[in-house]
Amino acid sequence: MARRAQPINTSTIAGPVAAGTVFVLILAALAAVASQTQWPVTFGVADWAALRFTVWQSFLSALVSVVFAIPVARALARRRFAGRGLLVTLLGAPFILPVIVAVMGLLVVFGRAGWVSQGLGLFGLPPLSIYGLNGVVLAHVFFNLPLATRLILQGWQAIPAEQFRLAGQLGLPPPVVFRTLEWPLLRQVVPGAFALIFVICLTSFAVALTLGGGPRATTIELAIYQAFRFEFDLGRAAMLSLLQLVVAGSAAVAALWLLPPIAAQMGRDRPVQRWDARGLGLRTLDTFWIVLAATFLLVPLGAITASGLAGLGQMPAQVWSAAWTSAWVAALSTVVLVALALPISMWLAQTRWGGAEALTLVGLAASPLMIGTGWFILINPFAAPTQFALIVTALVNAMMSLPFAVRILMPAMRQVMADYGRLSAGLGLSGLALWRIVVLPRVRGPLGFAAGLAAALSVGDLGVVALFADGDRATLPLQMYRLMGSYRTDAAAGAALLLLALALGMFWACDAWGRRHAEG
Amino acid sequence: MKYLMTTAAVLAASAAWAETPVLTVYAGDYFTSEWGPGPKIEAGFEEICGCDLEFSTGDLMPRLLLEGSRTKADVVIGLTTDVTAKARATDLFAPHGQDNSALTLPIEWDDEVFLPFNYGHTAFIYDETRIETPPASFEDLLAMDDDIKIVIQDPRTSISGLALVLWVQAVYGDKAADAWAQLAPNILTVTKDWSASYGLFTDGEADMVLSYTTSPAYHMFAEEDFTKKAAIFPEGHYFMAETVGKIAATDQPELADAFMAYVMSTDFQTLIPTANWSLPSALPEDQWPDGWAQLPLPEKVLFYSETEAAEVQAQAIETWRAALSQ
Repeated sequence: MARRAQPINTSTIAGPVAAGTVFVLILAALAAVASQTQWPVTFGVADWAALRFTVWQSFLSALVSVVFAIPVARALARRRFAGRGLLVTLLGAPFILPVIVAVMGLLVVFGRAGWVSQGLGLFGLPPLSIYGLNGVVLAHVFFNLPLATRLILQGWQAIPAEQFRLAGQLGLPPPVVFRTLEWPLLRQVVPGAFALIFVICLTSFAVALTLGGGPRATTIELAIYQAFRFEFDLGRAAMLSLLQLVVAGSAAVAALWLLPPIAAQMGRDRPVQRWDARGLGLRTLDTFWIVLAATFLLVPLGAITASGLAGLGQMPAQVWSAAWTSAWVAALSTVVLVALALPISMWLAQTRWGGAEALTLVGLAASPLMIGTGWFILINPFAAPTQFALIVTALVNAMMSLPFAVRILMPAMRQVMADYGRLSAGLGLSGLALWRIVVLPRVRGPLGFAAGLAAALSVGDLGVVALFADGDRATLPLQMYRLMGSYRTDAAAGAALLLLALALGMFWACDAWGRRHAEG
Repeated sequence: MKYLMTTAAVLAASAAWAETPVLTVYAGDYFTSEWGPGPKIEAGFEEICGCDLEFSTGDLMPRLLLEGSRTKADVVIGLTTDVTAKARATDLFAPHGQDNSALTLPIEWDDEVFLPFNYGHTAFIYDETRIETPPASFEDLLAMDDDIKIVIQDPRTSISGLALVLWVQAVYGDKAADAWAQLAPNILTVTKDWSASYGLFTDGEADMVLSYTTSPAYHMFAEEDFTKKAAIFPEGHYFMAETVGKIAATDQPELADAFMAYVMSTDFQTLIPTANWSLPSALPEDQWPDGWAQLPLPEKVLFYSETEAAEVQAQAIETWRAALSQ
């Protein structure tokens, strides 16, 4: 039954070319920054403290996110209920929020003056203290639990329906089902999800600083920001960026090393009915996890929505044109992403070298500031970099989403290759026909999810555009920060709500397209 | 062929003649938001210059340093006092050509290159409905009950945060570390930038926020809210200003000079308070807009020249970091 994916001729040159392009674009940026360096660059005590804190908080955040995501994903995989689709879409929301908006939402609930603290106050208890490592982890779990849940859920759904039916017919008890069907799946999905979240948290900085309560919670990314935008010490910035890439790279390689050989199985693409999870105890357990996760994630979102509704009327017209700009940058970025992610994941699905996936994670660990500055340096001798602001933003956003997309697409790609690889080769299918007839229909679900995530991430991104931006070409997050910077907190809250709606709307459109045939 | 070339030359010449000259002004990111000062400045200057003023916003210093001599800017507006040294070192700027003695700043200004167009001071802002006895001095602030929480900005990522550590340095000198240690229990958290801090304050998460002496003016004049106050300390407050600089290699030198003169005009100066929520740099107090002269301002003003700041800055930040990392 267990069998390796068969390599087939899919004009496999496209994958390595796409992956290589991304890699070169990042390295070129790093080299451009490093070329401006005045050596030697030295690291101080504070830098090493920052490195330790960065790695530790990322590790904890990834661990907690994944540990909680497993029961939530399992509950969602086993249950069908009204509003499930909507819940799954909304669970994507925290991940795409601009950090400052998410922090404000979290503080409404968990802050010193937040609802939980007020509730504690009713019983004469002191307010909750969120500021510290616990706050950092809380926020990172808020951002990443949904992503981990979706990744694991997707893995769960890769288990063919026939196997659960067989388990049901044999009357296997849940522990046995877990051991034989679910545990092998988790071993395959969890290390990758962990690595991905670890790398995302590595580059966190405003959240870590604010909820970490001060300079104790300094991350490498903060030092990179300081070096780029404040001290303008490009050498230091380049070295710190490199350090961050190395940490992320090692983490990615270590985690993907744990990935067992792929044991893809033949299924018939049927919706899953779970015969093994009908007991009252399991129902209660699953309900508990779904309600818990939904409450944790949706209540802060509700707070953001409530404060945003009040500000909607106060938004200047500029916000709407910025929303339009953001929407088409996101669309462009999504197209680029799909063009990169499909060949890369197809290629990676056929290669036996699991570490290849680590390459894409490195892209995520590259600070957008580093990439932006590097390209600025490269473009400047030939043209005004601001003219390329939106193109660069779209490209960088696509590269930032690439690791997610690859992670999301890989399991399905492997499955397709294993199930239909030999058949397609036997029929002589290749090139576009192979994509159209065999691959695309079967990866449509994950592809929709990946594209939706890319679009939403791009809408919410501030990254490079701050450096390149021009007055007329502001994106929505930039416009929101401008409003905040001019005391217009109400209007900024309105813009944040619009941003949330736009991001979720684009996410939902892509995701729904993907799920129209596949169960998501 | 010759005919074609003549036609092309005539067309090009008439196009150049008909074209309105463009003055490109690099500005800080907040500048062109609908409520920022940009739109009013643009309208005001275009009325008198017969030109087209185009703002290009973004991160000023990184952009100037990266573009170097290829910069498209004719004028740069919004360079804060903490970056003038770096900006000067680029050799991109020419003397501003205005009379420094016309300035009405609380400090001496003899810089021939960077011309301040506004100013303000660091200050802790509180809500009088939430704090009954606000600190009356920096000493009071340090001795405050630990339950009163302040939110500040990181000096490594924000100019107001940097001004705060210089402020503490100017007031406490060698004892700055002790001062930070005393203040540490009151510091709820540190944010990357001013906006996030101010949001935490207006949301009620923090009782006080590091901001500017002019912040209450926004609440008074834009929101008719008179409960937000700046705590004024006799030890003095740290001075901050934003400046304008003229690019030496500009292809529009006359327009650039006209813009520098416009900055000093009463028209420009009177729109600064409500468009920029800061104090005008060259306007006597009796000409400030209604109500602004009643704004409580410090008697004593502290400021490090750019050379002094360069000497103490790194140490002041490290003192802050070490004290708050305990």
